[in-house]
Amino acid sequence: MTAASTASAAPRTDRQHMMRIAVIWVVLSVIGMVLVYFVWGPHMPPGKDSDQARVQQDGNRLLGTIAVPVFVFVWVYLGYVLTNWRVKSSTPVDEVGDGPPLKGHAGFQAIWLGVTTATVLALFVFGTVDLAHNDGAGTGSGPSPIWTPTGYDANAAQSKLLVVQVIGQQWRWTFRYPQYGGFESDVMVVPAGQEVQYSVTSLDVIHSFWAVNLGIKADANPGVNNVAFGTADKIGSVNIRCDELCGLYHGSMTTTGKVVSPADFKTWATKASSTYQQLIPFLPPYADIYLPQSDGGYYDPGQDPLPSGPPPGPASPSVIP
Amino acid sequence: MSRPMRATAVGVVFAVFVAGVVMLFLYFLHYPPTVAAAATGADEEIHLQAVPALGYGPHPTYVSYLADINGKWVHTTMFKLKANTLVHFTIDQYDTGSLLRNSFMDQVEGTVDGTEVLNGGAPVRIINDNTDNGIGHTFAVPSLGISVPMPGIASAATNVCSIAPCDSSFDHNTITFTIKTPAAGLYPWQCFVPCGLGWPTGNGGGMSTLGYMNGFLKVVA
Repeated sequence: MTAASTASAAPRTDRQHMMRIAVIWVVLSVIGMVLVYFVWGPHMPPGKDSDQARVQQDGNRLLGTIAVPVFVFVWVYLGYVLTNWRVKSSTPVDEVGDGPPLKGHAGFQAIWLGVTTATVLALFVFGTVDLAHNDGAGTGSGPSPIWTPTGYDANAAQSKLLVVQVIGQQWRWTFRYPQYGGFESDVMVVPAGQEVQYSVTSLDVIHSFWAVNLGIKADANPGVNNVAFGTADKIGSVNIRCDELCGLYHGSMTTTGKVVSPADFKTWATKASSTYQQLIPFLPPYADIYLPQSDGGYYDPGQDPLPSGPPPGPASPSVIP
Repeated sequence: MSRPMRATAVGVVFAVFVAGVVMLFLYFLHYPPTVAAAATGADEEIHLQAVPALGYGPHPTYVSYLADINGKWVHTTMFKLKANTLVHFTIDQYDTGSLLRNSFMDQVEGTVDGTEVLNGGAPVRIINDNTDNGIGHTFAVPSLGISVPMPGIASAATNVCSIAPCDSSFDHNTITFTIKTPAAGLYPWQCFVPCGLGWPTGNGGGMSTLGYMNGFLKVVA
């Protein structure tokens, strides 16, 4: 037996094992991070159809990339352990003993706590800055949003943004346009390149308005006006669904909206306002929220005193041909 | 008990359990039963009734729909329709009405011409829910953009049908409309009047139980 073969057969030290694991981990992590960020990242949901979607995709890319070293470390370590420290089947049972006892290592623990704390705090700052710089980045921010775009006004009539009221009801969505006479439509149409103020509410249970490819998501709570902002960039369709389990046909509570050019939007809104003109008197006046009456109708709770009889609306004619 | 006896007993209990599960599965696979619209030349027609209480079965107090199949009223909300075909609906509405939660559904949507005919009169596009009768029920297929409001009978009506099936001697409104079926597929339909009385938001009971105030249009090629 030569000296070289004797050396190669000698068991590796713990330091050698750690170095091997570290090298494999670093190499695979770098490859994985590049692939996640540059190859998978541009295709991550929700896409790039709006400013908010883009911000969310950037966040997903960053989080996905940061997660790669953690993910790789777990699998590399597991694979290395199984490959190198597995008890061979030829080992007699009475020679299989317990491993060495675990001992604390102050330095390692400090590094572990330091790295994880720094990572979480950095992500907290990143997320907060992202929300602040992007008017909530498409999320429902409640009736009094902290981060608002220029032109926002809580009073829909005075807002310089286009206000679209999203109304959830078991199990469909409808949309009101207070700046165009308050007509209601079962199709959501928004203009491209223009910031929209989505005022989301519900007439019965909790729903969640999710314009998937626009990255707009806001819970629709009864009695609450949940405001979200979004600017669609790409002309096309919008995949709208409910994202809160809301009953028997929750899965069917979907619809398709449209993003059109500003000129086409004006044409559509003017035409829809005219089409629904006869129906508008039957709707309650536009309000941030609507609460159900005991007899089934709904009313504007801003009225004072609260109505005790039928809601506003003509009692005749009974039908319109 | 001997070992073979115990094994046999366990086997029998297990077999009974499996048979029960299979029977339950088969029952729900065909419940409620699917009824086909009748062919009338190139078109199809279907006759339904909406009743204030079914009067029998596991939920006798639930509001419900029934379908007329060859003169016999069948309790079901599963309707088989032919694709890309004009289907003429006739619905006899025997229930009282209420305000709609969303008066947007006063209007008729998705039917041919966007109208419905009420009691054989002229076609109408909007039914005002803020009247004495209110809206009894709606027949709506949200994924197809179809919504048909059906006015309730007068709140002072005295000849009210209390147990289904209801015959035409009771107070009722007859609503007719025509839809053009889309390509083959399964389309859920439902009532949008919160008519599940006694349940939170009025949407429980018959509103949330398949076979009463909701079901499916099974559109086939």
